[in-house]
Amino acid sequence: MAAWEETRVSSASDESLKTTPLHAWHASHGARLVPFAGWEMPVQYAGLVEEHLACRTAAALFDVSHMGRLDFVGGDVETWLDGLVTRRVVGMADGAVRYSLVCDESGGVLDDVLIYRLPTEDGRGQFSLVVNASNRDKLVAWFQRHGADGSRVGLLDRTWETAMIAVQGPLALQVVSEWLGWDPSSLRYYTAVRGDSPVGSLLVGRTGYTGEDGVELVVNRASAERVWTELLALGESRGVKAAGLGARDTLRLEAGMPLYGHELNEQQSAADAGLDFAIQLKDREFVGSTALRAARSAGSGQRRVGLSLAGKRPAREGCSIVVEDRVVGIVTSGSPSPTLGHPIAMGYIESSLATIGLEVEVDIRGSRHGAQIVELPFYRRPGK
Amino acid sequence: MDPQQMLFAETHEWVAIEEQGDSKVATIGVSQFAVEQLDGVVYVELPRVGEQVAAGASFGEVESVKAVSNLYCPVDGEVVEVNESLKDSPALMSDDPYGQGWVAKVKLSSDAALGKLLDKAAYDKQCGESQ
Repeated sequence: MAAWEETRVSSASDESLKTTPLHAWHASHGARLVPFAGWEMPVQYAGLVEEHLACRTAAALFDVSHMGRLDFVGGDVETWLDGLVTRRVVGMADGAVRYSLVCDESGGVLDDVLIYRLPTEDGRGQFSLVVNASNRDKLVAWFQRHGADGSRVGLLDRTWETAMIAVQGPLALQVVSEWLGWDPSSLRYYTAVRGDSPVGSLLVGRTGYTGEDGVELVVNRASAERVWTELLALGESRGVKAAGLGARDTLRLEAGMPLYGHELNEQQSAADAGLDFAIQLKDREFVGSTALRAARSAGSGQRRVGLSLAGKRPAREGCSIVVEDRVVGIVTSGSPSPTLGHPIAMGYIESSLATIGLEVEVDIRGSRHGAQIVELPFYRRPGK
Repeated sequence: MDPQQMLFAETHEWVAIEEQGDSKVATIGVSQFAVEQLDGVVYVELPRVGEQVAAGASFGEVESVKAVSNLYCPVDGEVVEVNESLKDSPALMSDDPYGQGWVAKVKLSSDAALGKLLDKAAYDKQCGESQ
């Protein structure tokens, strides 16, 4: 039973791992803690499936404080950042949030990020990026090399002094509204605002990584546990639960959202990822734009697709996708879907075969299982 | 079946030995402790009837939402029966790990591997230490 062995090794606290301000709460509330991107993080509390379903039917709280939070300031910051990310940031309104990729010269993906345009007291405004924990050091160095060393703009890493809590699910806005004392549902999807709360000023963004409505809160490190426990106490009787990285992964997979290190990496061109909405090439030059323009006009070799499997056996990362006995692609994420009740997967397949409805086979450790290419996302919340 | 009468592998499989004429048949399953850690079994890849198996070798797989885990055969011998009901109802393994959730029966070719298995008390101690 290998999965258990892995757990046993990782449950011993490793002092070299970073911890979030909620670590003590996780440890004292039954979390199974595992190393993740240099942090010791809760993978689950009572159970992954129960936490997953709580998010779909009520709401779930996720500690996402491990994600990097970087502020960029300076008079030139808008033009500067526009030269480094795939999404246009020039002209973003205060409070706007955009999903973007950061690419290298060859169009490989260095990270996928959320970009926030936020007002500042001096009126000049700033940009904040939320980046993957596993890529934070790499991105900081990369941005510094490209002028965020003070020569063009200043970079402030806020990861340590803040915590980030995602509240996701059909009851998320209601619970957060009761706690805040004001209603964040006036925020449009993918916008953010600084506002008052029982712990003082915080950032509320109507964003998430689960396919549900909800918010992500950025609070001072010292307030994190109070925010977490008060939100949980408000929602507990309505089924709101703390959820770990395990449920976060199955939720984002159902929502068809890519995960860095699986669907996105430096080797795979961003042009293949099915994220064209986030790659804006018209009248723009940014690092990677030349390569991405070439890939788009030539038609890239591969395409990210969703797979729905016929049986009960889940495909996992690394399984081959086979058509007529020929390997035509590879699975990058796969899991049983707790919401749908059958296995789902994402992967890359030759673009000429990336057709909705195509029947393929997936090779799961030596045996072939039927699967079909289906539209992403696998799950769409009611009314969306 | 009574877990107090079973033997356990360090890798969390249980074994119940039954005398059948001159030979011994081991019924094999996965411990309660391990299925709780797995948090919901969604698929079991069973060994094949007639397959020769060696103690310590992988002879099946258990899939949970989170991960796939190998099933290691705790004894030497030949697979004589598998629990076909796990194909349609993998949750039996979580719901009744020491009864309806059994995995396979293996006719022993030798007793040699039995000496390496733990009794319930020793196995519980191992699980307690790794908590």
